[in-house]
Amino acid sequence: MTAHTSSIPQLTDDLSTPPLTLWQMGWLRFRRHKMALAGVVILILLFVFSFGGMVFYSEQEANFTDTSLRLLPPSVQHPFGTDTIGRDILARTIYGGQISLFIGIISVVIETLLGILVGALAGYYGGWVDSLLMRITEALLNIPTIFLLLVMAKFFGNEIPEIEIGGRVFSGSVIVIVVIIGATSWMYLARIVRAEFLSLKENEFVLAARATGTSNAQIIFLHILPNTIAPIIVSSTLSVANAILSEAYISFLGLGVQPPTATWGNMLDSSANYLDSAPWLWFFPGMLILLTVLSINFLGDGLRDALDPRSRTV
Amino acid sequence: MTHQTLLEVKDLRTRFHTPEGIIHAVNGISFQIREGETVAVVGESGCGKSVSMMSLLKLIPQPPGEIYSGTAFYHGEDILVKSEQEMEDVRGKEIAMIFQDPMTSLNPVLTIGRQLTEALREHLGMNQAQAENRAVELLDQVGIPDAARRLHDYPHQFSGGMRQRVMIAMALSCAPSLLIADEPTTALDVTIQAQIVELVARLREALHMAIIWITHDLGVVAGMADRVIVMYSGFIVEEAPVEELYDSPSHPYTLALLAALPRVDRRRDQRLKSIPGTPPNLLLAPRGCPFAPRCEFVLDKCRQENPALTRITANHQAACWVDVKTGALR
Repeated sequence: MTAHTSSIPQLTDDLSTPPLTLWQMGWLRFRRHKMALAGVVILILLFVFSFGGMVFYSEQEANFTDTSLRLLPPSVQHPFGTDTIGRDILARTIYGGQISLFIGIISVVIETLLGILVGALAGYYGGWVDSLLMRITEALLNIPTIFLLLVMAKFFGNEIPEIEIGGRVFSGSVIVIVVIIGATSWMYLARIVRAEFLSLKENEFVLAARATGTSNAQIIFLHILPNTIAPIIVSSTLSVANAILSEAYISFLGLGVQPPTATWGNMLDSSANYLDSAPWLWFFPGMLILLTVLSINFLGDGLRDALDPRSRTV
Repeated sequence: MTHQTLLEVKDLRTRFHTPEGIIHAVNGISFQIREGETVAVVGESGCGKSVSMMSLLKLIPQPPGEIYSGTAFYHGEDILVKSEQEMEDVRGKEIAMIFQDPMTSLNPVLTIGRQLTEALREHLGMNQAQAENRAVELLDQVGIPDAARRLHDYPHQFSGGMRQRVMIAMALSCAPSLLIADEPTTALDVTIQAQIVELVARLREALHMAIIWITHDLGVVAGMADRVIVMYSGFIVEEAPVEELYDSPSHPYTLALLAALPRVDRRRDQRLKSIPGTPPNLLLAPRGCPFAPRCEFVLDKCRQENPALTRITANHQAACWVDVKTGALR
């Protein structure tokens, strides 16, 4: 068969430099967003703090109670002070950071999976599938998330026993919080994904894929989904910040992650009565939450600008 | 051409349910495609060419579309009764289709290699390495230089003509017996059009496949088709071998289409003849012949009754009450 190609005029539209991929272009644009870069640096530092700190403080120290040392202000022995039952706040912010970041990331994974699934099915199939899924989505959107979170936290809070992973004991409530944050926050993402699918499915490349015998599942997940990756990344990044905040306020109200497992959120819980007298109780975990949420938002902003397919500047 | 019948379509009807009413897009068309034969389907925009061919592959969205009548026997099996899942094995493997606009027919975020190898792995059960080798061969075959390297490129790195070549390579990857080409050259400029037509003609010989070439360019048709089907308002109004259609067109619509064609032997200052009016609104099914309002031969009978496709000579059929040579009733 190749014999036939010899007389076909060979076209050349060769370019001397290889063109930039989407990711390379994204990086060039992202690099210019100074606040986003700062956000990334701070986030890396926060991870180093939360996970590197394990080298200096054991979990026993973080949970070690000594009522004779209660409410000590920051000092050399206790750089961040001690809390109401004499635990070292620095050690607890280290271990609490791990849990808070874990909750932020894993609940967003759940949220993203649910959001993509619901949005993709609704947008691709349309018709009654779309109506059903979107009515459910709207119903959930109409319930204020905070109440939904509180009710679910109250309801399922003590359902799961403590879990032991790698010699460390975690309160089962961590899993509950992750699941309920994930399960109550996917609706906006589902709407974004649905809107993307609604317009993308009309593209001729979808028809072309169908014409070569591609199954619906493959078209949804292998052909259309990669086209929606930019808005999904941006939305999910921003959701991490929201998830950390959600955990903080359910824990602040005492319904979140249960002690002795520390999170930045439940460390704030006990500080409410000492706002004036022992400000170090809320200052350090509060600042860490603030820093994390701010940096993630800057990062999300940077990604939004960098991955916007309509933006042509490099 | 005394080959076996590959595809036999009978009384295919497709309609769309819209808020304004029912649109009758395809109104009972019947035709045959023989193995290795090239059939051109011509007609103005909106006369049901694409819809009828897409109905064959069940590619029209249902709902709002509905294929409410007809059979299409392909290799002795009615493909219109097949389930969506069974159709996945027909599409691409048995009957492939290429589309009008190569700029949007390729997925912008997947490499050419990914898109080419998918069907090979899916339909022919090849592994990644085999599929990639085959993909390089295919790109080579459609005249894309440096194929092995270009496998890793994205669609935006290809020009329009190159993309249509890639689309053709994709369509041919599983060696289908029938290729439906839906105006594959319309979006390309004239020199590239000629290259694509030449390429398809060459591949047709090499792969011995039948082609249905949807177009409104009768010039392209003359060069490569064996037979021509003229469609108007969802009906087949004339069907004939290509020389016969050009020599003695027997439907006023065909006559008008030919008159609208620019010719090198016509004087430069002469204006092209256009067909007055527009194709009928498919929402209102007319009583008589759908072409009657625009026809220069129109008689009273035309407004009363829609003529059926009738045989004029052995392999020439037309749907018209009037003999266009005399202007009288046939």
